[in-house]
Amino acid sequence: MNGVVAKSLATVKRTVAYKEIVKAFWKANPISKQILGICSALAVTVQMQTALVMGVALTLVVACSNLIVSLLRASIPRNIRIIVQVAVIATLVIIADELLKAFMYEVSRQLSVFVGLIITNCIVLGRTEAYAMNNPPGRAFLDGLANGLGYASVLVGVAFLRELFGSGRIFGVPVIPEAFYQAGYVNNGLLVLAPGAFIMIGLFVWLEHTLLEKK
Amino acid sequence: MENLISIGVNSIFVGNILLSYFLGMCSFLAVSRNLKTAAGLGVAVIFVMALTTPVNWLIYTFLLAPGALAWAGLPEINLSFLKLILFIAQIAAIVQVLEMVIDRFSPALYTGLGVYLPLITVNCAILGASLFMVERSYNFPETLVYGAGSGIGWCLAILAMAAIQKKLRYADVPTGLQGFGQSMIVTGLIAIGFMLFAGVSV
Repeated sequence: MNGVVAKSLATVKRTVAYKEIVKAFWKANPISKQILGICSALAVTVQMQTALVMGVALTLVVACSNLIVSLLRASIPRNIRIIVQVAVIATLVIIADELLKAFMYEVSRQLSVFVGLIITNCIVLGRTEAYAMNNPPGRAFLDGLANGLGYASVLVGVAFLRELFGSGRIFGVPVIPEAFYQAGYVNNGLLVLAPGAFIMIGLFVWLEHTLLEKK
Repeated sequence: MENLISIGVNSIFVGNILLSYFLGMCSFLAVSRNLKTAAGLGVAVIFVMALTTPVNWLIYTFLLAPGALAWAGLPEINLSFLKLILFIAQIAAIVQVLEMVIDRFSPALYTGLGVYLPLITVNCAILGASLFMVERSYNFPETLVYGAGSGIGWCLAILAMAAIQKKLRYADVPTGLQGFGQSMIVTGLIAIGFMLFAGVSV
């Protein structure tokens, strides 16, 4: 039984999909390794909920724009490829923005302009330009998905720490027991403010780099 | 008038587009290694932002906002969902035109700024300023002040960062923290410094 599991696991590990995902998650994470898309990573990580929604929105936009650009790649003239890519991305972002407004109005208001700013998020244009222009649609879609998830994982990690220590909540639910506050525990208000985001990401990346070096 | 001064001060210091709204981080991190290039990019951003934000205001108010097409006899049309795509196209176009105009009339300025101008199209601070202008429903004079103020704020932040990076060159930073992690924490400290202006009201 164990042998079968190990064998199938080994087959999974050899597939392109697995390698791409591990790469995007860990070795070449868009945020902590390639330093792309920092703006939104900082702005939406005050709460878990906004971070999660933003991560999902970005993942869908990267995956779909990679797919579309990859399908079109043979017919896009080399000189105007950037503008074509931006047009594809902008269209997808508008769709994402309108969907959020329709179904999750509260979250969409908290995210304010940052959904729109996915257009200028370097991850999206970076992936379409570097990967989708030279690879078949299936692989490009997967690459977009993996990079989006790698981005979302950092976002959710930072948001978890900021919400937990900044306001003592997870997904808006108080998790730090009342007894702690009575014993003198205080939420760290700095983490909710803008400078807290910078410092938290800095520490997060430090932790990640240190862990990675040991492996 | 007081309102305008307060918007100006706010957009430069307290509501700094980089330090409290996190826009334009990518080029901020990439270009802040050298004080001279940082200054070049900073000036270019002031220039482009002061120009594109008011132009986007005109586009939004007379073409896209709900009921904006009343002058064409179509008062019930609302095109505001198109603002993302039109704003980014407009910014790209202005940057392109600006590059050609500067090249034609001031070659000296072009050699100084030219390299940075294409970078600016993908600087999210520029698009962000236009989107904030819509969200906060500024009127035209307010938009003029806000656009210029945000640019100046961004420029101040990158100058501070470049100067600190220069001092840190010989600092002994732990291995894992080098590079990205360290710049993030330094930026956080600059942001705390800028927050001191929060008590200043005009």
